[in-house]
Amino acid sequence: MSDMGSVAIEKYRNNNYRNNFLHEVEAHVEGGEWVKMCMQCGVCAGSCPLGPHWAHPPQEIFMMIRAGKREEVLTSDSMWMCTSCYNCIVRCPRGLPITHIMHGLAHYAHRLGLAPEKQPTREFAKLFWDNITKNGRANELKMGLSLYFKDGFGSGVKEAMKNKALGQAMMKTKRMNPMEFFGGHGVKDKSGLHAMLAKAREIEDAKFEQGK
Amino acid sequence: MAKKEYSFYPGCSSQKGASASNLQTSVDAMCDALDIQLNEIPDWNCCSASIGYGEGGELPRIALSARNLALSEQHNPGQDLVATCAACWLATREASERLRGSDQLMAETNQALAAAGLNLEPAKPQRVRHMVEVLIEDFGFEALGEKVQKPLEGIKIASYIGCQTNRPFGIDGESFENPVYLDKLVDTLGGDTIPDYETKVQCCGGALMFSEPEKSQELVKGILEAAHDNGADMIVTPCPLCQMNTEVYQDQINAKHGTSFNMPVVYYSQLMSVAYGKSAGEAGLDGQIIKARKLENIAGK
Ligand code: SF4
Ligand code: SF4
Repeated sequence: MSDMGSVAIEKYRNNNYRNNFLHEVEAHVEGGEWVKMCMQCGVCAGSCPLGPHWAHPPQEIFMMIRAGKREEVLTSDSMWMCTSCYNCIVRCPRGLPITHIMHGLAHYAHRLGLAPEKQPTREFAKLFWDNITKNGRANELKMGLSLYFKDGFGSGVKEAMKNKALGQAMMKTKRMNPMEFFGGHGVKDKSGLHAMLAKAREIEDAKFEQGK
Repeated sequence: MAKKEYSFYPGCSSQKGASASNLQTSVDAMCDALDIQLNEIPDWNCCSASIGYGEGGELPRIALSARNLALSEQHNPGQDLVATCAACWLATREASERLRGSDQLMAETNQALAAAGLNLEPAKPQRVRHMVEVLIEDFGFEALGEKVQKPLEGIKIASYIGCQTNRPFGIDGESFENPVYLDKLVDTLGGDTIPDYETKVQCCGGALMFSEPEKSQELVKGILEAAHDNGADMIVTPCPLCQMNTEVYQDQINAKHGTSFNMPVVYYSQLMSVAYGKSAGEAGLDGQIIKARKLENIAGK
């Protein structure tokens, strides 16, 4: 989807669901239909490994959604602190798929262009997706390099130097291959894979635009 | 015992020259000893792990796993799909369960798969299993113990299971907060366990090690500290990301926190390979950045 498209959708969404952010989340966010089931027990809030770094733990996010705090939720850094540890899911007394809702909210905010710029996990997630969908398999070397160089050449060299010893150790133990730079692993049927992903995206975009 | 066959999904990190290539080396050796035949799914693709969600929507992500499921059904019909990577297993099993649970999702996914000339049969689900499940359920500890030639005597091993091998699915019959199968395995192989290892299911930071290294390294520090304080000679784990996160950043953690960790972290399959009489090379021990000397010594005996 073009940026113009997402700006238009964002405007439309904002008006259409005015004062009812919960309905918007239910309609557009993976697992969103579960949010209203939360009974605010607080178990999930104590379960995140990066807990101190969450401005709003999941429990609070769910409360904010119900309170219509659209802007605060979607621009929040919090969902991007999820390590996908699944602690919350196995503990929640109401069976909410909390991990998926956090991923879903992060994805939705990213897609609407509201997620915080330069949020490191947001940037890495995009690099990762582009990397694995290009050839169908991860190119770990290029993933590392593009991560180092994401903020430009100067800081990239600094980042790379910081991790130089690590890179050398990985290569010495044959757990990283410099030749990956020139292609590397991938699926044979790249065109099929790309056609499949394009089709999936097309189906999803159509729903996204009309609102499921 | 007759040869057992499975449809195998190795995953990106297990490929040659990738970060968990030593996992694959040892899995091959272990399977050889147990007479397991792994039939690699032809042309499998990345599962998009637990970080694909930022850019990839729900349907594209499910489609990635569905492609592997479809290829597996087509080429290895009737065989359980087995993964060795926690993230691969989780993504594939979850996709499979969600697809069987929703006709609409199945229909949309099949539309996407059709663009790649593939199709999923809604009526014939393949089971998606972790290698550890195969070992425990299809063999059992007693049978696994019978193959031991070189008991891992005198090695004290902290069993670190981490997150995604344990949640949300976990291994049948095990608790989420204190799973004991790795301890049982260490015991079966003749090693010393640390039953009260406090951080056995604590998060290593997962993929956030790349985007939030400092925050994640704090988590790893706790995992290493607990192993060290319990007198562990090494840590064992079933997960390639746990292995990498807990092993390769120890230098950086030492530099930042003034610690002196030098704790080997190995895979369960490496312990098994050595105990089953395989060489250090066959067990992939040359892939350790922090050498597992005590294990090498037993392999060299
Ligand atoms: S654990 Fe479940 S019910 Fe409790 S606050 Fe979290 S989401 Fe709500
Ligand atoms: S999966 Fe995410 S939201 Fe759930 S406990 Fe872990 S970090 Fe928190």
